[in-house]
Amino acid sequence: MEQEKVIQIRDLKVYYKQYRKNIFGKKRRHQVLKGVSIDVFEGEILGLAGESGCGKSTLAKAIVGMNKDIEGEINLKYSDTQMVFQDPYSSLNPSKKIGWLLEEPLRVDKERKWTPKERKEKVLEIMKAIGLPKEMLERYPSQLSGGQRQRVSIGVALMRSPKVIIADEPVSALDVTIQAQILQLLQQLNRDLGITILFISHDLRVIYQICNHVAIMKHGEIKEYGIPYEVYRNPQNDYTKELLTAAGIK
Amino acid sequence: MKKFFSLFKKNKATGERNTFLLLGVIITGFILLMVIVGLFYTPYNPTKMDASAKLQGISFKHIMGTDNMGRDVFSRVMYGSRITVAIATFTILIGAGIGTIIGALTGYFGGIGDEITMRIIDAMLAFPSLLLSLVFVSLFGTGTYQVAIALGISFIPSFARIVRGEFLRCKNMDYVEVARLQGASNIRIIFVHILPNTVGVLLSSVMIGFNNAVLAEAGLSFLGIGAQPPHASLGKMLSDAQGYLFNRPSYVMSIGLVIVLMVLGFSFLGEGIKRIKN
Repeated sequence: MEQEKVIQIRDLKVYYKQYRKNIFGKKRRHQVLKGVSIDVFEGEILGLAGESGCGKSTLAKAIVGMNKDIEGEINLKYSDTQMVFQDPYSSLNPSKKIGWLLEEPLRVDKERKWTPKERKEKVLEIMKAIGLPKEMLERYPSQLSGGQRQRVSIGVALMRSPKVIIADEPVSALDVTIQAQILQLLQQLNRDLGITILFISHDLRVIYQICNHVAIMKHGEIKEYGIPYEVYRNPQNDYTKELLTAAGIK
Repeated sequence: MKKFFSLFKKNKATGERNTFLLLGVIITGFILLMVIVGLFYTPYNPTKMDASAKLQGISFKHIMGTDNMGRDVFSRVMYGSRITVAIATFTILIGAGIGTIIGALTGYFGGIGDEITMRIIDAMLAFPSLLLSLVFVSLFGTGTYQVAIALGISFIPSFARIVRGEFLRCKNMDYVEVARLQGASNIRIIFVHILPNTVGVLLSSVMIGFNNAVLAEAGLSFLGIGAQPPHASLGKMLSDAQGYLFNRPSYVMSIGLVIVLMVLGFSFLGEGIKRIKN
């Protein structure tokens, strides 16, 4: 089945600035991604795995345009790509109520003007989708548990009905039962709303559970790409083997 | 309103009472009441002299005694604390207002502009704020407004610093990135997303700043630079009274006491607010 590509990345290189050692020193930059090429197909969940510091988040940030110093090609089918961050404790503004946080993406929407009534309706719709009671709208993030906060973060990302969501380690900061609930929510969004998800994680088991494709990264390069079942059964790359052994899968 | 009163009750979780807040509200409330009543009513005319009642002690007739020209000290305190409070408020409005904007912009955008502004502010902080305001007073001339503006300018650096620090802390938080991804403008991120998170710190430094402003105004008036007669500010009255420290101590002390109470009330209030936030 030939599917359409929503994100097409060709030979992407990302640089980070390195601080000068002294004021007369040369400005240097550090290459974090060394030519990454990857496709994300419409309606799938792509898992991106790899050790800490291998450039997973850098790739995600490059896709949404938060990294400016890049070379290579990024083709996006939909311009509105939203992101869910790892730490639900710092990704929600602590001085705002949940209702305000959910409404904010609509308030700053440049595409169209939302009337207050439309915003309220949309908020209620999303609250239903993320499975939180509407009494929570009046609460502050500090009054919510980690899992509830992560649901709100996902809700904020969903507000403008994006077609693609990048989830940067969305379950790493949560305990196992809550992890399962959040994964279920992501799968449900993928199935019901047809949202493409780029799922970043260092947990190979989680990726096996929910992803259609998996890409293994190391040192800013993609080492292996394929369907999780096949990759896990028959890893081609040494690093993948190592990773699978470390995770206790093989 | 109910929420306001519940702040004074014992905290059920810790069993502690916010004593600072309670004392702060009571003392500050008392001072503000005095200022507000003083707008409409004073027991005596604060500028009316009475040669037959010079330098009297504390009595029912004059609860803080009378000064060297026979004026009722309590009436003058009611009248004078209004000017002191007004100068301090105006100073904080200028200092905190401009300081916050400078701190927010430099902290958020960073870069060469931040570097230059911060070096200027370092240079301003190197001088004692009283000395700095003396310089500004010598530029603007003396008088109530001039003093308020001079003090306000000399208060800008400390506020700019505090706010900048808070912005540096907040600007790399994920929620700022989220807001940026949603397409919020920089101005919106600064004032709508980040600024509310600095309110706690800002509020307690406003309270401390208010105290410093009251003291600085008293200091300037003491040097004869503040409010000019017939206007009376607390500092001015204190400097008038210092000559009678030994033959009529109650005169100096009652004025000093009001200044102390004013400063104490606001420090307690600031501390109390800090504890609510924690």
